[in-house]
Amino acid sequence: MNEKNLKKKSLEYRKTILEIIFQSGAGHTGGSLSCIDILNVLYNSVMDISPKNFSSLDRDHFIQSKGHSVEALYTVLCDCGFYSKKDLSTLNQFNSHFIGHPTIKVPGIEHNTGALGHGLSVAVGLALSKKIDKKTNKVFTLLGDGELSEGSVWEACTTASKYKLDNLIVIIDRNDLQITGKTEDVNPIEPIDKKFESFGFETILTNGNNISDLLNVLKKLPIKRSKPSVIIAKTTKGSGVSFIENQINWHHKVPSEDEYGRAISELSEKLNSYE
Amino acid sequence: MNKIGKPNLEIFSETLTSEAKKNKDIIVVTSDSRGSGKLVPFGRELPDQIIEVGIAEQNLVGVSAGLAAGGKIVFGVSPASFLTARSLEQIKNDVAYSDCNVTLIGISAGISYGQLGSTHHSIHDFATLRTINNMTIVAPADNFEASEVIKQAVSYNKPLYIRYGKKPMMDIHPPGTKFKIGKSILVKKGEDLTIIATGETLQRAYLAYEILKENNIHCSIISMHTIKPFDKDTFLEFSKNSKAILTIEEHSIFGGLGECCANLIAQNNIDTNLKILGIPDEYMINGSQSDVLDYYNMSPERIVEISKDLLNK
Repeated sequence: MNEKNLKKKSLEYRKTILEIIFQSGAGHTGGSLSCIDILNVLYNSVMDISPKNFSSLDRDHFIQSKGHSVEALYTVLCDCGFYSKKDLSTLNQFNSHFIGHPTIKVPGIEHNTGALGHGLSVAVGLALSKKIDKKTNKVFTLLGDGELSEGSVWEACTTASKYKLDNLIVIIDRNDLQITGKTEDVNPIEPIDKKFESFGFETILTNGNNISDLLNVLKKLPIKRSKPSVIIAKTTKGSGVSFIENQINWHHKVPSEDEYGRAISELSEKLNSYE
Repeated sequence: MNKIGKPNLEIFSETLTSEAKKNKDIIVVTSDSRGSGKLVPFGRELPDQIIEVGIAEQNLVGVSAGLAAGGKIVFGVSPASFLTARSLEQIKNDVAYSDCNVTLIGISAGISYGQLGSTHHSIHDFATLRTINNMTIVAPADNFEASEVIKQAVSYNKPLYIRYGKKPMMDIHPPGTKFKIGKSILVKKGEDLTIIATGETLQRAYLAYEILKENNIHCSIISMHTIKPFDKDTFLEFSKNSKAILTIEEHSIFGGLGECCANLIAQNNIDTNLKILGIPDEYMINGSQSDVLDYYNMSPERIVEISKDLLNK
């Protein structure tokens, strides 16, 4: 998919995220908007995953460790044809599989996540299975920056580097905020690059809300042979909607009718500029 | 007198090694636990089928789940005490909730580690894992059960936890016995009372049976190797026809075999006397596994006395 179309998709995805959160009355608005460009580029231009090959193991894999940003994932999987918009509209309704964290009951989702600090170990196991089977597919996992305080993340890192898992791509959604405040105030985690490098990873910093930068990085993986990769994707929490960006209270705030209308107008205006 | 066999952990390792030689998809994950899991020969013979994550039990469970998602038949092996407490969230979310084909092996379970103290004991594993949906729990009693459960685990295709002790165990079951996960084994049949044991306490129940028989008291002995799913049908059949039920487990008296039986008795209006033997809620006494079990009324002699008291009620 070309860059222009990806950029348009990112705007459309943002509208869908806000729509499903607004209509279902719950969701993680800020984090879904910060990671949506990453998911867009992964699913539409980088990973070999589709409804057609999903039941096979001869494909890439994606584990969303920051499970709370599930509205972004639901939006992208819907657009990729894993299920209909009608299915997605059941989000948060009684007896729907579309709930506030990813589960394998939803087509296209690999693993149940939600409790933080779990996804990387699972991704390491998947990447190991690929190495054992001598397959070249990659395993991608998306972590939040606040999530890096979980000790289990670093346990997983030791195994990734021990087994030289260069088919493992860890992406950090570095939006600098978590539910209580700035990550560096809540529990400082910098220097993220040096921490991962000391654990045996190769790291690269990119703008996680810039399609062109993401394509540049994600098309050239692994960063280095025989080493697991970490992409520190600098993002803006709430990216794309002026009054949601960088606001702590938008972690899981649901837009009011007025806010929803303003957000959609803002995004529609940006979309129109592409026409 | 029945023959004393090998430690069940050794049988686990021998069986798994033999199965893994036939099936390259079998992968073992260890957390610096291959020695205590008797898996050194496995590692030597099948180095491509063992993953070592170091002392990191949470990671062991997560990595096991990922390997299973990648199509492997995974055995995650770690001391029961750490595996079922420190990694409980990984067991709940990554194995059970995500429905991964992982068999977790709790080694040196119960109070196998004796004098190493409560940090190393797992008298909580039945209770914690019973409350997790989609989790099967098995505690094999003798070498036969220890081996059969591994053969079945290979094709079980569901989250499974098996706990093993490390002392040589008496052979209880005669040749031709059938073992199936979820179905208890009737070891002896008698009309006076029913003794139900799980895991390695079956040996103590069996020795008590011999003494009771000399005293002209006839009891049934049931090996309730599977704690979940519980063999409700067999239990109800025997509890309805027994004057008393005695349960024995190397576990807290809370949340294990005994409470499972009490629950069924209460909810099915069964008129029988029940006594639960296990570890009481107190700062545990220190000693070898055997001495501690004896102290908490699980010596064959105390089982006999308690059985007689139950029948005289």
